[in-house]
Amino acid sequence: MTPLLELDAVTQAYPLPRDRLFGPRRSLTVLDGVDFAVGEGEAVGLVGESGAGKTTMTRAMLGMETPRGGAVRFDGRDLREMGPDERRAFRRAVQVVMQNPRSSLDPRMSVGRSLLEPLRALGVAEDHAARVREVIGQVGLTESALARYPHEFSGGQLQRIAIARALAPRPRVLIADEPVSALDVSIQAQVLNLLKDLVDELGLSMVLIAHDLAVVAYSTSRVSVIAGGRIVEQGAPRDLFVHPEAEATRNLVDAVLTMEDGLAGRGLAAGAAATPPVTSHQARRGR
Amino acid sequence: MSGADNAIEVRDLFVGNGDLTAVQGVSFTIPAGGRMGLVGESGSGKSMTALGIMGLLPAGWHVRGSVRHDGVDLVGQSDRQMSKRRGRTISMVFQDPLSALDPVRRVGRQVTSILRRHLDLSAAEAERQALDLFAQINLPEPARILRAYPHELSGGQRQRIMIAMALACYPQLIIADEPTTALDVTVQKQVLRILDAAVRERGSALLMITHNLPIIAAICDSVAVMYAGRIVEAGPVAQVFRTPRHRYTQGLLRSQPTMDNISFDAGARLPAIPGMVPPLTDLPPGCPFHPRCAAASALCRTRMPPFEGAPHGAACWHPADGAGEAP
Ligand SMILES: Nc1ncnc2c1ncn2[C@@H]1O[C@H](COP(=O)(O)OP(=O)(O)OP(=O)(O)O)[C@@H](O)[C@H]1O
Ligand SMILES: Nc1ncnc2c1ncn2[C@@H]1O[C@H](COP(=O)(O)OP(=O)(O)O)[C@@H](O)[C@H]1O
Ligand code: SF4
Ligand SMILES: [Mg+2]
Ligand SMILES: [Mg+2]
Repeated sequence: MTPLLELDAVTQAYPLPRDRLFGPRRSLTVLDGVDFAVGEGEAVGLVGESGAGKTTMTRAMLGMETPRGGAVRFDGRDLREMGPDERRAFRRAVQVVMQNPRSSLDPRMSVGRSLLEPLRALGVAEDHAARVREVIGQVGLTESALARYPHEFSGGQLQRIAIARALAPRPRVLIADEPVSALDVSIQAQVLNLLKDLVDELGLSMVLIAHDLAVVAYSTSRVSVIAGGRIVEQGAPRDLFVHPEAEATRNLVDAVLTMEDGLAGRGLAAGAAATPPVTSHQARRGR
Repeated sequence: MSGADNAIEVRDLFVGNGDLTAVQGVSFTIPAGGRMGLVGESGSGKSMTALGIMGLLPAGWHVRGSVRHDGVDLVGQSDRQMSKRRGRTISMVFQDPLSALDPVRRVGRQVTSILRRHLDLSAAEAERQALDLFAQINLPEPARILRAYPHELSGGQRQRIMIAMALACYPQLIIADEPTTALDVTVQKQVLRILDAAVRERGSALLMITHNLPIIAAICDSVAVMYAGRIVEAGPVAQVFRTPRHRYTQGLLRSQPTMDNISFDAGARLPAIPGMVPPLTDLPPGCPFHPRCAAASALCRTRMPPFEGAPHGAACWHPADGAGEAP
C-alpha cells in the first residue's frame, strides 16, 4: 500500500536544563529514527508504554512540531516543502482526536461553534451549518446537542463531539491518541465501534494510539510497537499477541490483565512486566 | 460503636445538592484489610460516594446517612476534624491528575512538601524518600523527573506522581478513584502491585473505583456495581463476575475488550450496551436501566426492583441465572 501519511526516520529531541550554569548543553532524544506509515483506508495501531513517544509522533504527524531529523510526508510530499495552500490542505486532511475530550473542547463555546470554528479557520468551501448537522448525526448525537455547552455532556458524549469535530472538514486521516482510555467500559465499546464504522463507511485512514493492546488489536489490521523512541516491532495484531518478539511487546502482552487470571488470584502475578522496563534505549537517552 | 474489625461501614448514604440526588441510599461495609471495587458508568455516583465519605463535597452539596470509620461517624465530623484525618486514616487518589498538580512548581518539590508536612522529615530525607517512591512506581530517571515541571512529563508519568503522593503516608483506608485510568498497561500492573503491597503491609482497606473490570478482578475481593445513584448488584468478586445477576452487570462484562473475549476479525463489533445513563434529573420510572435493557418487562417499566439476596445480591426483576446468558 502506498503510504498516505508517513514518518521517515523521524528524530525528535527536546533541550534539557543544564546541570550547572555553564555545563554542557544536553538534550533528550524522544524519537530516534521512527519509520511509520498509514495507507489509504487503512487502520493501523500504535502501542507503547507511557513516555515511549506516541504523542510526540502524533505531534509530528500533525505538523505541529518539526522534527530534528527525518521527514514527514503526506501524499508523498515533505511537509517542509509545502507552500501555504498545500499546508492548509494538509491541515484539513489530517485531524486528531485526543485522549481527554473535556480539555480538548473550549468550555465557553457551544458545541455548534466548536464544530464550526475549524471549518471557518480551514476555509472549507461547503455549507458549514449543514456539514455540522451531518457529522453530529454520524456520531450518534442529535442536532439539539449543537446549542449546548461541554459541561452538559458526559465524557463519552464529549468524545463523540470531538470525533464529529475531527470529521467535519472531511479529513483523509484520523489520528486518535488514546481516544477511549478516559471513557467508561460500555462507552469505550460504543466509541471503538463508531471509529471502526467510520473507517469502513467513509474509507478513512486511522492511526489508533493506545497503551492497551486489546483495544488496538480489536480495531486495526497492523500494529507498531514503540519503546524508548524507536519502533521495535510491527505486525498483525494476532501475530504480536502470539509471538511477541521485542521485549517491549512481550511486556505489553504480559501486562494485559485478564478476567480469568484476576479471578484465579494470579491477576498481579509477576510476568515479564515485573522487571522494570528500563531498556537500553532509555539507558542511552539523555546523553 | 462501629465494629472495630470493619474499616468502613456506609449506611443509607444520600449525596445531593437540593436539585439532584447523585447518591440514593448506598450501603456497604469493607472489613479491615478488605478491598472493595466500585464500578459503574460515569455519572452513576461513584465519585460523589467517595467525596461524601471524605467530606470533600463541592459547595452546596450535602450528605445524609452514616459513615462509620475508626470509631466515629464521619458524617457528623467538623471540617477541621476531617482535614486532620485526611491523609492520616483515610486518603484519596483522585481521578484527574492535572488539576491536582501545580503547573508552576517542580514535581519534586510537590512530593517532598507532602512528605515533610505529614511525616516531619528534613528536606534531604524527604528528597531521598521521594526518589525511593519514584523508583517504587517505576519512574525512569527519577532524578530528572524530580526536577521536571508537570508539562514536561507524559500523561502517564504525571499520574504516577499523583499516586506516589497519595501513597506517601500509608493511610489506613485508601479510596482510589480511577487511579490507573491514564496509565499504560505495563505500569498499571506494577502500580496495582504497589497498591496491593501497601494495602497488605498496613492491613489497611481499599475502596477501588474504576470502570476497568479486570482490575477489580485482580485486586478486590468484593465488588459493588452502581447505576444511576444506586447499588444494583454486589457480592464476592468471583460470583458477581462469573455469574452476574443484574442485566447491566452482564452488559458491562460483555462490552469490555479483554484478552478473554478479543476478536481479530475485521468485521467484528464489540457488544456495546446501547444508549447512555439517563440524567439524574430525568430518571425513568421503574428500573432506571429499563430503556437500555433487552430483558425489560412491563413490571420493570413501572416498579423499582428491590435489592435482594446475600451475599450476592441484585436489584433486578428478572435476574439472570446463567453466566452471561442472554435473556
Ligand atoms: N516539551 C517537552 N519537553 C521535554 N520533554 C518532553 C516534552 N514532551 C515530551 N517530553 C518527553 O518525551 C517522552 C515521550 O513523551 P510522549 O508524550 O510522546 O509519550 P507518550 O508515549 O505519548 O506517553 P503517554 O502514554 O503517557 O501519553 C517523555 O519522556 C516525556 O517526558
Ligand atoms: N459539581 C457538580 N455539580 C453538579 N452536578 C454534579 C457535580 N459533580 C457531579 N455531579 C453530578 O452528580 C452525579 C454523580 O456524579 P459522580 O459521582 O461524579 O459520578 P461517577 O464518579 O460515578 O462518574 C452525575 O449526575 C453528575 O453529573
Ligand atoms: S429490572 Fe428489568 S429492566 Fe431492570 S435490569 Fe432487571 S430485567 Fe432489566
Ligand atoms: Mg500520550
Ligand atoms: Mg468519577
